[in-house]
Parts: sequence; structure tokens; C-alpha cells
Amino acid sequence: MPKLTIDGVEVEVEPGITVLQACETAGVEIPRFCYHERLSIAGNCRMCLVEMEKSPKPIASCAMPVAEGMVIRTDSEMAVKARRGVMEFLLINHPLDCPICDQGGECDLQDQALFYGFDRTRFEEAKRSVKEKDFGPLIQTFMTRCIHCTRCVRFATEIAGVEELGLTGRGEDVEIGTYIEKALVSELSGNMIDLCPVGALTSKPYAFTARSWELTKTESIDALDAVGSAIRVDSRGGEVMRVLPRLNEAVNEEWISDKTRFAYDGLRRQRLDRPYVRRDGKLEEASWDQAFAAIAGQLEDAPGRRIAAIAGDLADCESMLALKDLMAALGSVHTDCRQDGARIEAGERAGYIFNTTIAGIERADACLLIGTDPRFEAPLINARLRKRYLAGGFSVGFVGPEVDLTYRAEPLGAGPKTLGEIAAGEHPFAAVLDDAAHPMLIVGQGALARPDGARVLATARRIAEETGMIGDGWNGFNVLHLAAARVGGLDIGFVPGEGGLDVAAILEAAGSGGLDAVYLLGADEIDMAALADTFVIYQGHHGDAGAEAADVILPGAAYTEKDATYVNTEGRAQHGRLAVFPPGEAREDWKIIRALSGVLGRTLPYDDIGALRARMIEVNRIFAAPDEARPAEWGAFGTPGPMDPAPFAYPLENFYMTDPITRASMTMAECTALARSANKDKTGTDG
Amino acid sequence: MSGPTNPPANGADEAGPFAFTKANLALADEIIGRYPEDREASAVMGLLDLAQRQNDGWLPPPAVAYVAEYLHMPQIRVYEVVTFYSMFNLKPVGRNQVRVCTTTPCWLRGSAAVLDACRETLGIDLNETTEDGEFTLTEVECLGACVNAPMIQINDDYFEDLDGARTKALLDLLKKGDKPKPGSQTGRQCSAPLKGFATMISSAKTKGTEGD
Ligand code: SF4
Ligand code: FES
Ligand code: FES
Repeated sequence: MPKLTIDGVEVEVEPGITVLQACETAGVEIPRFCYHERLSIAGNCRMCLVEMEKSPKPIASCAMPVAEGMVIRTDSEMAVKARRGVMEFLLINHPLDCPICDQGGECDLQDQALFYGFDRTRFEEAKRSVKEKDFGPLIQTFMTRCIHCTRCVRFATEIAGVEELGLTGRGEDVEIGTYIEKALVSELSGNMIDLCPVGALTSKPYAFTARSWELTKTESIDALDAVGSAIRVDSRGGEVMRVLPRLNEAVNEEWISDKTRFAYDGLRRQRLDRPYVRRDGKLEEASWDQAFAAIAGQLEDAPGRRIAAIAGDLADCESMLALKDLMAALGSVHTDCRQDGARIEAGERAGYIFNTTIAGIERADACLLIGTDPRFEAPLINARLRKRYLAGGFSVGFVGPEVDLTYRAEPLGAGPKTLGEIAAGEHPFAAVLDDAAHPMLIVGQGALARPDGARVLATARRIAEETGMIGDGWNGFNVLHLAAARVGGLDIGFVPGEGGLDVAAILEAAGSGGLDAVYLLGADEIDMAALADTFVIYQGHHGDAGAEAADVILPGAAYTEKDATYVNTEGRAQHGRLAVFPPGEAREDWKIIRALSGVLGRTLPYDDIGALRARMIEVNRIFAAPDEARPAEWGAFGTPGPMDPAPFAYPLENFYMTDPITRASMTMAECTALARSANKDKTGTDG
Repeated sequence: MSGPTNPPANGADEAGPFAFTKANLALADEIIGRYPEDREASAVMGLLDLAQRQNDGWLPPPAVAYVAEYLHMPQIRVYEVVTFYSMFNLKPVGRNQVRVCTTTPCWLRGSAAVLDACRETLGIDLNETTEDGEFTLTEVECLGACVNAPMIQINDDYFEDLDGARTKALLDLLKKGDKPKPGSQTGRQCSAPLKGFATMISSAKTKGTEGD
């Protein structure tokens, strides 16, 4: 391990790291613009200059590997003068518009100018100005502010996998842009806003709405897909102003998808902010008491077997457990959280989680995708797969329709037929998996949410077992979920009890008058028409399909408005936190159910969230270890048997609109329109 | 220095589709063959040059796209190269491309007068093309011939040791359709000193080279 001296202190560091990283381990911060630890090294901004003994010139510390005996000075006159010089050059063409720039207050250039900037200018020529570029509906560009660090170019090329951005021209004419003027389409594009060290790329929806220092910052968890990305919700005066990623190496590293970042305007639109009761066919505003009374009236004489509950994709664990307990108290076993009809059982946990874990993908060396397009179903998982792919020695094959995953993946076949061949070892890809030290597979809802899903699941299990995916310290079997509620629902056991009805059966029973009431906990993605005249209680936060079909509406809280637990696809239980209060009379969901239980005379035994969480742990130990992805024991799951030869279809029709929040978002609507037109140009695949 | 212009928004152009001629296809593969097998992108400059020569000295978007596809490169990567080097043109140019070096050594030796002579003789300003399509005038950075500064490059040839009058004479010849002789325009041999040798004139008298 090389030893070097940094500002007079001797340090020993890992070989192969750069001087900048060595300085960091020594606790010395080096200013930088172009360097980013998750991107390739460009070494083009020169802000990181330091003095190195025996070098006549200052060196770019971000691009210089450490060597034994180096003597580095970061605070010498030479180093400081060099940085001052670089800063003066950078500011030659950078506009002085900080007061009207959205980056103001969180701008690297502004911060560094405080230490190394010159308060006058010696540059008397005209400053250059650059035409704005079209980065789509999400990113506002002010290209005159660009300092050409190329972080955005490297992000697009390396992480997002869309090689469309570049640095064109030379010298003073250098510009960031696309070749043919067209909007950049990537499901991860918003991350470039965070990466841009200046205000050249800023958020379009957030433009001029707030200053960073007036925002209240709440650390939370995203609920718009099953990845459970770590987010920070920035709010002001009871409104969510923006959503940013937080660092979580195990899950999202420091990225989030555009849906996670930009759907927040949907939180303000079409909200249910007071209870409603249907009278004479029309939904009318009501008080909580009236709404509860209407429900009590309906349920009074209803036997448990004629009541059912369905939990939607955004439901949190607390409210699902409360509802399940309430249903049990009412004598009903008809509960289900699998809106899409996925044939997954709640029994064997290894059979419904992403066992490899997201970070574990980096250890895999072959991957089989079954009926899943992770690029849009879980963009951060796809980013991890791409990262693994770029590291080399990773073969990916997929069973399903053609997809563009941003990395090379071999099309193996369209559906169960191919899957059967792989399981039987008759397909060449079976050998690829066999030969891999750490093979993995990901089975998606496109393969499981079909009538033969349990058989597909069994086949996938067989592949996992036959190709050595299950072994010591390695589990390569993974289910990729789409809904933040799903794994939690299965962990809670929000599935039909002994003799209970599943979603399809509930709908069928409701359609034929077999049920007196159906309780929809934020369930909006089922066929409402099938409920026919059944009494529908809808508890949720948006006026979406479920509210429309409801007889009583109980206004709940969206994921940014409650302290709630979600379990991501890896089986990692995480706590989301209340950033703003639910609007109007809306309340946190478990509290609504708890209050209703009292009205129904079946008071649930928890008075605060602590007691409810204790009950959750009682139901499933995994809730005792939040933030952890505990390995699940391997067991038998799925139902062996012949599969339907019909090819798999990917479940997401539109990545940008998957739930009541994103469907209410104008930003997501714009993205949808853009993706559609881009797809038309492309002969197309997914979007 | 003049900036490159962006291609038209739709990527298409009056230039129509582009493909290498048979002869150029062979050349292209020869150029690619000069690089290791998985490094075909290294041939990008060679292929762009080939495409430009085939297309009257400029690269329409279809040609850039063609080269990108030929080398399995994203178009933006090729476009970055095209816009970086002043030798690649993204707009039609005259038959004679007059590139005047105005970098410090040439400037110190009178490139301003050379540039003025070009403007005057051709009747065009920088980045313009004469109406008859014969000449395009551009300004470039150091072309590496500073010893014989000031200099200009016309197509593949360097013309050195210029001043206003010599530049005019040179361009007049070209206008008539004659072929002026490349190299120094004062008759200097290569880059030999103008007034005879000035250094290393005494014979070397160091040990080991005695009797030289
Ligand atoms: S736009 Fe921002 S991230 Fe991109 S090169 Fe310019 S300064 Fe860097
Ligand atoms: S951070 Fe080192 S050159 Fe930019
Ligand atoms: S400065 Fe003109 S050729 Fe070098």
C-alpha cells in the first residue's frame, strides 16, 4: 500500500486510487467540477489542481494515480494560485446570473467561487452565449452557464446508456448537445440535473418555484415502483416542491428514475380531501361520521364471507395489516394484494423476493430475464445490471418480446416454450447459466401475472435449482415486482385465507351479487365494472378509478404524507416519512381503519404507530429489521405443470403512468406524449 | 476562430443519401485494418476524410451517419470529431479551400497582411465561398509550419513564406487555373535558414570525431 504525504501528514492508501481520493481519505477536501466517483475520469475542469513535489506544474489530482512517496500540498501558494486561475477562466464566460438561477444556493461553482473567486474581472471581451438545447420536458437548459465538465455526457453514455449527448466544437465554441436536435429520452435523465455542478441543467417542473434554503427536507422512501429508492422530499408550506435522491448504495446508489423524481405534481392534483358518500347515485361530500355510518349500515348484517378487501399498489404495510386485522374481526378471509392477479403465494419468501439483492447483481456473471423489461419496470435495477454489464463478463439473455435494455442482451425466445427448454437443459443458454459461477434470473410480472403464472414460477425455480443458482451465500432467484405494496402485502399475509377469494374470484363474486361489500385500499387497477352493484368502500388519496366506483370514499394519505413501511422487491422493509400533511380532512391510512374499526364495534388493539409496528413484527419478523435485506430460506414454491405456450408480454404499457399519482401528474403526461412520439419514430419497442 | 454550424434539424439534407464508392470501400477497409480488431473506431478520422473527399470537400449529415454506422459508433461520437477538427466541413465549400494560419508565430510574421490579401483578391470574407464556387476562405490555428511563417494551406498543399503580394500572386495563378508550386514562395529550400547556415557552422572538434 503506497504511503504518501498530504499537507505534511503521512497517509497510507489503497493502491490504484487517485491523489484526489487519497486526499479525501486524509480528510482534505479538493474542489472539483468534472470528477465524480461514479463516472469515468475526464480531468477537464482543472479545479482539482494540487502541488506535487518534483513536478514543475500543478497536477490534476483527480486524474493522477497515487504513487509511493508522493508529497502533495493542497494548501500551498502554488495550489491556491492555480485554483484561483482556473476559477477566473471558468468565470470568463459564466454569466453572473446567480440571483435568477435555480442552482443558486446549491451550486458548486458558486461555492467554490466563494473561496477561489476574484471579485472583479480582467476579461474585457464579450462573454459568449450559447443557444438552449432541448433536453425534453424535464430538464431546463441554460447552456451559457455550462462549464463543460461533461458530467452529463458521461452520465448519459455510461450510466443511462443512451449515447446521444456529446461535446461538440472546440475552444471557445465548445458546446454540449445532441447530434440531431432532438429531445434526449432516458428514464434516468433527471439525474443529470443533480450531476450538473452549475445551473446549466435544472429541473423544468421546479423552475423558479422555490429557493433551496427555504425548503424543509424529509428523508423518505419512494413508493412509485418496487425498488424503494431512498429519496429526500423537499417541501414548503405543506406542498412537495421537489423530490431528490438520497444515497443508498444497497438500492439506488445516488440515482432515481424520472418517475420517482418528477411525478410529485400528481400529489397536488385530483386529491380526495374529504369523505364522500353516494346518495341517489351521486357522490356527495360528507363528514367522517357520516361516511363511517354509511359503512356501518352496510356491514351491520353482512356476514364475513360476503365482505372482501383488495389492497392496491401504493398501500403501506401498516394500513394493510390494520385492514387485514379488521377483515379478520369481521370474519372475512377474502383479502388480496395482487391486483394484477400475479400467481405468487405468500408462503415461501424466497419465492417472491429479489433474493440476489440489487447490490448483489454486481457479483453475478450471467442473467436470465423472464418476461420482464427491467429498464422500465425498475430503472435502478436495470442501471445496476448495466453497471455489471459494463464491468465485463456478464451474459444476459431474455425470454419475452424484443427490448432495448441499454446493454447487450440475447433474445432467447418469446415465452414458456423457451423457458421449458432452458429448464430441461436443451437450450444453449442453459449451458451459459451452468458455466457461470454466480448465475441469476429475474422473473417479472409479465410471466407471473397470467393464469399459468404458478407454473411459470415453478419452471423458473427449476431453472434456478438446475443451473446452480442456489448455493452457499448465493441465491440467484429473483422476482421483480412493480408495486411498492406487493412484497409488504405478501409479508403481512394480505392474501386469501383458508377458502378465501383472490382478486379474480372477488370480482366474479361481486359481479354475480355474491358480496355485500368490497373494501378497496387504494386499489385502482382492477376492472371496476366487474364490481357491478356491490357496495364499494374506497380508501385512497386520488380521484381515480376506484373512487369513481365507490359508494363511500375515505380520503387517505399519499406516500409523502405518512410515516409508513414499504418492503421493496428485495424484501427490504423501509420507513417512509411524513413530509407534508395530507390535504383537507384526509388522514393517515392506518388511523382511518383504526377509527372505522371502533365504529364497527371491533376496535383494533393498537392506539399508536408503535403498537401497530409491534403487531407487524409479531406477524412477520422481517419488520424487526428495517433497512435490511435478510436472506430468505429456500423452499418449494410454484406449481409444476404444463404452461400455456402464449408468449410473455411486458406488463407496463407506459412507464410514466402506473398509479393514481403518476396518472394525475401533468409532467408524467408530457413524458408519455414524448415517449409515444419517439417510439413512433423508432419502429418500435417498449416505452 | 469560427464555430461549426449545426446540421439541419431533421438530419436530412439536399445532399441525399451517402455511400462509399467501390474504390473507397476498399480504402476504408484498408484504413480500418491498420488498427487492432476491436478498435475500429480509431479509423474514424480516416473514414471521414475519405467521405469528405468523395463528397466535394464537405460532410453532409448522411455522410456522418454513414461513417458512424460503418464503424458501429454512435452518431454523436462521430459528430464530436467532425466539429473538433477544422479540416472537416459541415457545409459545402469551394474547390479551393484557403486556410489562413493566424496563430501567434504566423501572426508575428505578418499573417494579417496575408489574410487581407486573401480577402481582397478573392472578394470574400472569412467563412465565405466565392460565387463561382472556386474558393472558400477560413482561418485556422497553427498548422505546424511556423518555421516558414506566415503560411496558408490550400487543399492538400502548404504555401509558406508569404506576404501580401506573394499571396495575391499565388491566388491569381489559381484563379487562372494554373497550379502554383507548393512550399516556400521565396525559393527557400524546405525550411532551411534564409541567409545561409547560422548554427553549427564550425566543424565539430570533439573527441571521437577527429579529422571530420
Ligand atoms: S451541462 Fe452541466 S453537467 Fe453538462 S457539461 Fe455543462 S456544466 Fe457539465
Ligand atoms: S476535477 Fe480534476 S480536472 Fe476536473
Ligand atoms: S503558427 Fe502558423 S503554422 Fe504554426
